Amino acid sequence: MRSGRLLFAFAALMCTAAAARAEDVAVKIGVLTDMSSLYSGISGEGSVAAAKLAVEDFNPAAHGMKVEVISGDHQNKPDIGAGIARQWYDADHVDVVVDVPTSSVALAINELAREKNKVFLGSGPASSDLTGPKCSPNTIQWTYDTWMLAHGTGKAVVQTGGDTWFFLTADYAFGHALERDTSAVVTASGGKVLGHALVPLNTPDFSSFLLQAQTSKAKIIGLANAGGDTINAIKQGAEFGVTAGGQHFAGLLVFINDIEALGLKTAQGLVLTETWYWDMTDANRAFTKRWQVAANRPGKFPAMVPAGVYSSVIHYLKAVAALKSASDGRAVVAKMKEMPTDDPLFGKGSVRADGRKLHNAYLFEVKTPEESKYPGDDYKLRATIPADEAFRPLKDGGCPLVSG
Amino acid sequence: MFEIFGVPSQALFGQLLLGLINGSFYALLSLGLAVIFGMLNIINFTHGAQYMMGAFAAYLLLQHAGIGYWGALVVAPILIGATGVISERLFLQHLRKLDPLYGLLLTFGLALVIEGLFRNYYGSSGLPYQVPEALRGGRNLGFMFLPNYRAWVIVLSLAVCLATWFAIERTRLGSYLRAATENPVLVRAFGINVPRMVTLTYGFGVALAALGGVMAAPIYNVSPQMGSDLIIVVFAVVVIGGMGSILGAIVTGFVLGIVEGLTKVFYPEASNTVIFVIMAIVLLVRPAGLFGRSA
Repeated sequence: MRSGRLLFAFAALMCTAAAARAEDVAVKIGVLTDMSSLYSGISGEGSVAAAKLAVEDFNPAAHGMKVEVISGDHQNKPDIGAGIARQWYDADHVDVVVDVPTSSVALAINELAREKNKVFLGSGPASSDLTGPKCSPNTIQWTYDTWMLAHGTGKAVVQTGGDTWFFLTADYAFGHALERDTSAVVTASGGKVLGHALVPLNTPDFSSFLLQAQTSKAKIIGLANAGGDTINAIKQGAEFGVTAGGQHFAGLLVFINDIEALGLKTAQGLVLTETWYWDMTDANRAFTKRWQVAANRPGKFPAMVPAGVYSSVIHYLKAVAALKSASDGRAVVAKMKEMPTDDPLFGKGSVRADGRKLHNAYLFEVKTPEESKYPGDDYKLRATIPADEAFRPLKDGGCPLVSG
Repeated sequence: MFEIFGVPSQALFGQLLLGLINGSFYALLSLGLAVIFGMLNIINFTHGAQYMMGAFAAYLLLQHAGIGYWGALVVAPILIGATGVISERLFLQHLRKLDPLYGLLLTFGLALVIEGLFRNYYGSSGLPYQVPEALRGGRNLGFMFLPNYRAWVIVLSLAVCLATWFAIERTRLGSYLRAATENPVLVRAFGINVPRMVTLTYGFGVALAALGGVMAAPIYNVSPQMGSDLIIVVFAVVVIGGMGSILGAIVTGFVLGIVEGLTKVFYPEASNTVIFVIMAIVLLVRPAGLFGRSA
């Protein structure tokens, strides 16, 4: 009886092994993103289009692979996002979840990928905890993080005389992390933090908080928020004479979409940090043209998040091609860390032991309406922060993968 | 400078004034809702979407027709009001004899469709709209810097609210309207075209929402979800004021704006929940709302 069952199991194993050999290596990519709310402009369909372009450029057929891209809407809610990802990993044979803007959702997916031994490539989330205390052998944080934003913008602003700060902070995981990281930079660079106001997410009216910021007499009002919140704060700040009164905004997470929504007249002079800008190289401009068609967003410009999705998918597929299998998530991520990265958008780079992708960061200043020559001509480069300075030093993150 | 509960009076007065400004938006929007509910018995969940359409109309008029803010103040409400009239003729009039819940479901669905369409065409990041030239800048009141545009918002909103209240409560037309709500059959017997009056009233309520949208365009982010952010608060305002009470909607709108402003001074984290706490208390103590007549 027992030997009969063993024989049967062995036969079944042989069958599946034979089937796998006969077919191509199948990979399923799940783009989990905000399709309908405040972050859908910076990611959403734009990220899905970027993932598809990456697959197209990788040319799976030439590598004996079959790649499928599916997408889902996490609505910025951790429970909904985790529900979709669980379904994808368990039932739909998804090997890798990419993008995931909104840090609270990303932290949930991070744990899920570890538990299921799948892969999570975060282009959208900002919280530097993903490569710090919460780092995982199944996760790579691709495009940016709060530490990088804080250091890029925070340091530059303090050095040019903005040494007293007041924070308007989005009242959730991301805002708190961004404020914490930036406060540390400001203090370390010799500046002083005078106070903060915790603002509920998606607040239409910032006037009361702006008034508190004005009363504080701080030279710099740090915006530890994103998307529509940042736009409303800057728009209303201009109205309440914040800039006219000698105070300045420091946008800690500003995307090109936000600048377009504000208009250069309101946004001019704003200093911000990004890791990718559509108008920097010929390769970026060519990508932008294809992206506008693929995402059906004529006249709009991709932020760094879709670019990061493109770059992360390319590198992932290279690693899977090298291993000839996508089934062991930990092995794929280990391979991705071992191989140097190289793609048209971010150039050459690497992935560090804690899951941090390394590349240059750029400090930009928003152009005045007179300086801007064509649509989307929004930034001028103030400084390039080399990859080894742009991100948090490996030893400071408290990542158990590194120390242990 | 003296202090009240540890808060400098300067900051306090500033916040009171800001609360009044926010309150004028609440008042304008809840007024439209109250008119529609009071006269038509429809719970108009499309109101937020119509407010958003007003703001988009202002943007599109500027981009494609060269009509600036002042023109948009007049043209946008008429255009959006007309879409309201069409949707009343097409959909809402068929629901008049049914439970108000059906109207709620229909308008809620419409709101989702409209928002989805705008998001599809314009994305969610928002569009730029500048404060009109004549209202740029502001004046220093000693305790705060008051932008001219915000002062204009208070004045215009108060004027519109009072005019609406006057038209409904004190004129002959208003008395027809109120009579038609009470007993449509009898009013028709007097030779008044009640269905047309109801349609136009809905159009007017929608136009009020669109006017709010145009006024909001220069100060808030013009994006497809701007209405859904606000509509829930406005509904709470209407419930607190008493469903269908015109005066209740106006007064409650301003008062709650001020309460919210004060909350932002003392405990900012609670500023987006305080209105709902008040709503819960009012519903417990006076289920018909502060100004409502209990049925």
